[in-house]
Amino acid sequence: MKIINLAHGSFYMLGAYLAFGLVSVIGNLWLAIALGVVLSFLLGFVLERLVFKYLYNRDHLEQVLLTYGLILIFEEVRSLLVGDDVHGIALPDFLSGSIALTDSLSYPVYRLFMSAVCIALAIGQYLFIQRTRLGMMIRAGSHDRDMVQSLGININLIYSIVFAMGVTLAAFAGMLAAPISSVSPGMGSQVLIISFVVVVIGGIGSIWGALLGSLLIGGADTFGKILFPQFAGVAVYLVMAAVLLWRPEGLLSKGNK
Amino acid sequence: MGENQAKLKLLLQALLILGLIVLPIQSEEFYTELIAKTFVLGIFSLSLYLLVGVTGLVSLGHAAYFGVAAYSIALLTPKSGPLSLWIGLPCAVLLAALVALLVGIFVLRTRGVYFIMVTLAFSQMVFYVFHDTDLGGGSDGIYLDYKPSVEWGTRALLDLSSPVQIYYALLVSLTVIYIFLRILIASPFGAVLHGIKSNEQRMISLGYATFRYKLAAFTLAGAVAGFAGFWYAVLFGFVTPELMSWHESGNVLLMVILGGLGNLGGALAGAIVFVGMQEVFKDLTKHWQLLMGGVIVLAVLFMPGGLVALPRRLSALIFGGDSGNE
Repeated sequence: MKIINLAHGSFYMLGAYLAFGLVSVIGNLWLAIALGVVLSFLLGFVLERLVFKYLYNRDHLEQVLLTYGLILIFEEVRSLLVGDDVHGIALPDFLSGSIALTDSLSYPVYRLFMSAVCIALAIGQYLFIQRTRLGMMIRAGSHDRDMVQSLGININLIYSIVFAMGVTLAAFAGMLAAPISSVSPGMGSQVLIISFVVVVIGGIGSIWGALLGSLLIGGADTFGKILFPQFAGVAVYLVMAAVLLWRPEGLLSKGNK
Repeated sequence: MGENQAKLKLLLQALLILGLIVLPIQSEEFYTELIAKTFVLGIFSLSLYLLVGVTGLVSLGHAAYFGVAAYSIALLTPKSGPLSLWIGLPCAVLLAALVALLVGIFVLRTRGVYFIMVTLAFSQMVFYVFHDTDLGGGSDGIYLDYKPSVEWGTRALLDLSSPVQIYYALLVSLTVIYIFLRILIASPFGAVLHGIKSNEQRMISLGYATFRYKLAAFTLAGAVAGFAGFWYAVLFGFVTPELMSWHESGNVLLMVILGGLGNLGGALAGAIVFVGMQEVFKDLTKHWQLLMGGVIVLAVLFMPGGLVALPRRLSALIFGGDSGNE
């Protein structure tokens, strides 16, 4: 959609808090996630109509600023509604075990489950964008908005849907992450900056680039923590710096910008 | 602009400066410090204006250089006594410039959205260096035990533990930096930067090594931000990693844009309005960021051109005619 959204991390945070809030009301994690997905889609849709719609023709500077303002709002609303405490969510029983790899090593089932869901989502998104009619319209719309509109397709509606889907995905990621990484105020900006690094490494506009980038970053972060615990936070950025030197436009970018 | 208008403007400016000079004599310490803080943020805002407004580089990591300089003076000051300003200030500014130069070599290889994301990422890296390691007291930050001494020969020129004297030092600094940047922007160097903003390809075709110009601007902006960061540390006497958090980078960008990207004065006005809003909102509620966020969103949606464009747009609204929207 060619828009830079700093508030995307807030949607991630929102997902985690939605999961937390709904679980404590409903009591069932699956129902809570289902409801949370619907709610975040609606929220994304409304936000697009109210605010983001006006940003497509503005320059990056204004997009950055406006979404920065949104972050402040989201953070404070969260603080007003649920406070600044750190929360945790209990896992359902059948996912909370772990598989013994050797006598001393084991791997939690939930993480395996999470990986499976993420792979399924990545494939699903790829198929959706590449193979469905709506996906085709989205690709066409990002290429030439006016032309698509003059073909009689409601491009505004499509943009709203795409944006809402983006919000939903971010919120869903937050919900998935909630049980393993506690629900805390700072989670949104952390994940946002890491996502940026991933995109910069992978190259904008390439789903495979994003995947490759996240693998690299995940690797750098994990090994960084083992090898130089004090500088774990920095390892990720060193990888980014190296990529920038070698291929400023990202590893798998399609041509220029 | 008519001759009378020009005279009026000059008169207003003179009055403003006169007012700022006599102000600390009259007011309470709280206000002196508040305005001193505004001066610091004004210098910070001016430094980013050089990038965003003149060169067209939207940096979302400018707080890093501010913070590096603030940390430098806190770390360089020995445990036993004050450090001379003549050593501390150049060191802090040079270190900030050095970090900006290093970061610039990487980030200036990118453009547009990438540039925004990469500057943010690098500033976050600097943030983590200070936040996660013991280098500067970790997440708690450190105190500046002794304010720098200002001596000429053996005579003390200024006592920086007094807010009023810091106030005057900052007033002079701000004025000098403002004039310096004005001259710089009007110089051939500034003209090249302007050219890069409006069409970099053309500047390359004309034979300019634009990368070098951008790097110079980036480093210089980092140095001036460092100058502001140094004074921030001296004014408040402590530094925390939050100084380089991306919220600070966002805030300073906000100041520049509030000012409307038209000229240096706008960037200053942006800083003043920002500090003002912050104070008013903080008085109103604990959740002041909610109001701040709301103002930002509304400002972007309904106020293209920033504060500087406001009088023109208002008069257009009242008298009709071209509203001056770009």
